[in-house]
Amino acid sequence: MSAAEASGHRGTQRLTLSKAINAGLRRALETDPKVLLMGEDIGPLGGVFRVTDGLHKDFGPDRVVDTPLAESGIVGTAIGLALRGYRPVCEIQFDGFIFPAFDQITTQLAKMRYRSRGRLSLPVVIRVPYGGGIGAIEHHSESPEVLFAHTAGLRVVTPATPADAFVMIQQAIASPDPVMFFEPKGRYWDKGEVDLDTTITSGDTQAGAAALAEMDRAHVARTGTDLTIAAYGAGVATALRAAEAAAADGVSIEVVDLRSISPLDAPTLVASVRRTGRCVVVHEAPVFYGAGGEIAARVTEECFYHLQAPVLRVGGFHTPYPANKVEHDYLPGVDRVLDAVDRAMAF
Amino acid sequence: MSTSGPLEDADLVQLLTPAGELREHPEYSPRIAHLDADALRGMYRDMVLVRAFDDEATSLQRQGELGLWAQSLGQEAAQVGSGRALAAQDYVFPSYREHGVAHTRGLDLVDILRLFRGVDQGGWDPEEHRFHLYTLVIGSHTLHATGYAMGLQRDGLVATGDRERDTAVVTYFGDGATSQGDVSEALVFAAVNNAPLVLFCQNNQWAISEPTTRQTRVPLARRGEGFGVPGVRVDGNDVLATYAVTAEALERARSGGGPTLVEAFTYRMGAHTTSDDPTRYRSTSDDEYWRQRDPIDRLRTYLQSAGELGADFVADLDAEVAAFGERIRTTVRAMQPPAPVSLFDHVYGTPHSTLDAERAWFTEYEASFVGEPPQGQVAPAPAGASAGEVAL
Repeated sequence: MSAAEASGHRGTQRLTLSKAINAGLRRALETDPKVLLMGEDIGPLGGVFRVTDGLHKDFGPDRVVDTPLAESGIVGTAIGLALRGYRPVCEIQFDGFIFPAFDQITTQLAKMRYRSRGRLSLPVVIRVPYGGGIGAIEHHSESPEVLFAHTAGLRVVTPATPADAFVMIQQAIASPDPVMFFEPKGRYWDKGEVDLDTTITSGDTQAGAAALAEMDRAHVARTGTDLTIAAYGAGVATALRAAEAAAADGVSIEVVDLRSISPLDAPTLVASVRRTGRCVVVHEAPVFYGAGGEIAARVTEECFYHLQAPVLRVGGFHTPYPANKVEHDYLPGVDRVLDAVDRAMAF
Repeated sequence: MSTSGPLEDADLVQLLTPAGELREHPEYSPRIAHLDADALRGMYRDMVLVRAFDDEATSLQRQGELGLWAQSLGQEAAQVGSGRALAAQDYVFPSYREHGVAHTRGLDLVDILRLFRGVDQGGWDPEEHRFHLYTLVIGSHTLHATGYAMGLQRDGLVATGDRERDTAVVTYFGDGATSQGDVSEALVFAAVNNAPLVLFCQNNQWAISEPTTRQTRVPLARRGEGFGVPGVRVDGNDVLATYAVTAEALERARSGGGPTLVEAFTYRMGAHTTSDDPTRYRSTSDDEYWRQRDPIDRLRTYLQSAGELGADFVADLDAEVAAFGERIRTTVRAMQPPAPVSLFDHVYGTPHSTLDAERAWFTEYEASFVGEPPQGQVAPAPAGASAGEVAL
């Protein structure tokens, strides 16, 4: 377990989301000598998004490891290192490159604790920059998070703000479970206030367990009374902008930032929908068999008599991620979210 | 396929011929010079017990007590020879047929049968014996072994010069697994990190029904060359040569010399698993050829001719085999399915609300059956009836 503690007086800084993750990684490397980073180009280059900038220089090549270009090898050797007592944090360079590691993640990493009846623990974090909207070439804009949420044994989380990114990456590293840490790369450059006084470290305290459990919780990012938008990652900012626009039309929208996809903090979302009576789910991943389907089913089961309208979903289409000149027609932007809001309000 | 060629390979390390005669090898004979008659009888005993275990397990599967069994028949020398070369501190990442290695690591072999009876998905404490769980997806564990070896480097347990401290990792896989990308990636990661690793390939010539010619055009020992990993080809039915070659590779690994690929050339005398039917794809003449090169017969002939296999030893071993067989049968038949609700255990190390809600629902559902045995708690059926088959 881990202990959250106020350490020193670092205070609050305004950081980009990528810098916040960098700061969280740095804090984990400083705090726990067993933490090490592994990935492609994460050393002197600092990663293609510079998320590990400066860490190789300060912690050396044995703790910030430039690996061969083989994703299965990265995760497979991370499993071995974890069996030896290390806490590897793997960077998968882009969402679309995770599939060579899919077998190691789903078949080995996710199941080791279960197969060993709790004797073996694999505290491995897999960081995945995900999502689109940055004008990238193919395989660089995908949202595969549900494939991992569908796999028991993994935790799947995604921060939407720099403040959450800083704390959640530390919680993920401190967790005894394998954590898929999806980073909304389209928001890497978004800035926000980050409280640098939070340190999450490994430890066996009650406070530590509570600090870890916090990673699973959804947050109400904006309160409202007419409709709830459930979103995560890059979708949260879109939802907040849609809520702003809807407010001008007199519709009060509550935005729930799910933060964790597995587990799903159903109670927080259900409480919100019971208050508002309407729910729209937003994600970049394809709607078909997506997280929205699971969320809609749960909300319907638990809010049936409170619902004024069916739960609606806004997301990607059942196509491969398209060429970037048309990606904004594929992605759920503010207008498509508002269209769903209008449809829900019309019931 | 040729059955006579490979054993005549000039590069094949052999110290004990199929006729049970010692052969001098300038590099490897010194590696077994310290093995006295007791040590050789110990290896003989190991192989006999492992084969007895394998026979019992096969019978138990036929009786419906196990869902499946993967035989080690014919591979005893490759496994016992390499296993006996390990130091206590070394760590093993096996595939799923390494019963002989498990025996050398001090596992109670009966625990392996928990997996094959379907009452567990592991069966032993990997840390206790420094013997990881079996891995059924072939080749995946070679990367785990490589990562573990990289951890040993970071822990300062390589090339200290202290024999009690320097540690190596050995990973076992078959000829079929060499075609998996993970094995090539393990070779890459082990090579560039100079990891203290022995990649031990038991080439038993058959990947279920596919001969090694479907996996490679060159001897598998050469597979490492392009990666910068030296390879050795050893007669896998020769327990002494296997011991010597593994000991040398382990020593290189522990002393900072990096990884080695060992190809132990052997033969799967049995079926792939109890679900397999080798008569559909290989000839009985092949089987006969290899029966005459049985790894146990070879050492027995040598010990007998050296006058080192006394009647008392043989009688004691026979009695030990009989008692072991009895214990295997009794223990396996007594293995009960775990409580149904335990299927929710150990998925996560910290609470997971979605899983916890499902467990709560299931517990309530189970409790709702008043006065009748809840589903899943009826008298256990023979394991074979429900364990199903897995394609190994």
